[in-house]
Amino acid sequence: MGESPQKTMVIPSRLAEVATVQNAILSDAKDQGYTKEAIFAIQLALDEAVTNAIRHGNKLDDTKNVTVQYTIDDQRISITICDEGEGFDPYEIPDPTLDENLTCPSGRGVMLIQAYMTSVSYNDKGNCLTLVKNKECALPKNSE
Amino acid sequence: MTAKESRLVVREEDGIIKVSFLDRNILEEAYIQQIGDEISALIDDATNPKILLSFASVEHLSSAALGTLITINNKVRQKGGQLRLSNIDPQIYEVFVITKLNKLFQIHEEADAALASFQ
Repeated sequence: MGESPQKTMVIPSRLAEVATVQNAILSDAKDQGYTKEAIFAIQLALDEAVTNAIRHGNKLDDTKNVTVQYTIDDQRISITICDEGEGFDPYEIPDPTLDENLTCPSGRGVMLIQAYMTSVSYNDKGNCLTLVKNKECALPKNSE
Repeated sequence: MTAKESRLVVREEDGIIKVSFLDRNILEEAYIQQIGDEISALIDDATNPKILLSFASVEHLSSAALGTLITINNKVRQKGGQLRLSNIDPQIYEVFVITKLNKLFQIHEEADAALASFQ
């Protein structure tokens, strides 16, 4: 099996564009025979990551773009999402599962991405996020 | 922006407001805001709101949707009310477990058990 070609999508920073990215990538994942559980995980992680890039990275400025590059084959999917923002440190986000944070309405996106993906990495600046999901590793990493 | 049609089914029986969702995905932020506003209005209109949210038709939800549920829960508690969730798909329930929100919300497998739990 040869290396799968990389696909690139560039979207303006509008939240309605999140579905555009999801639809394209999930369609490819279904074509590759990914399970319902893996599709659920990819959809959830994509929703959180692209929404964060638009809202927190580019601050909803639709003159700025979010670039999504991905490769997918019958082993894994790798998705890199870059915004034009200043970047952030994911380790600075308070743990949303602590009792004192349970009633806080925000701050769960990053932990959900980490739970549902096989691996998650950031560039040094913190404005590019790479998500990898192995096809045969569908179950979330339960934080219990 | 034109007025949007409700995306909820709301029925009130024996003082309990039963809410279910028309759509399979609770992902889009504008949609999440809309359902949050609609449920908040139901809470505002009730004295001691007893609300059951049924997720029977829901297949996906995002952290923004969880945030709205937390806001709804906070609002219900402020009014001395009670909130119950039911009929959550196992994959979505896993999201509640991972975020430990299963400790915050009273979640029941079936609506009947949820209804019986109201005090």
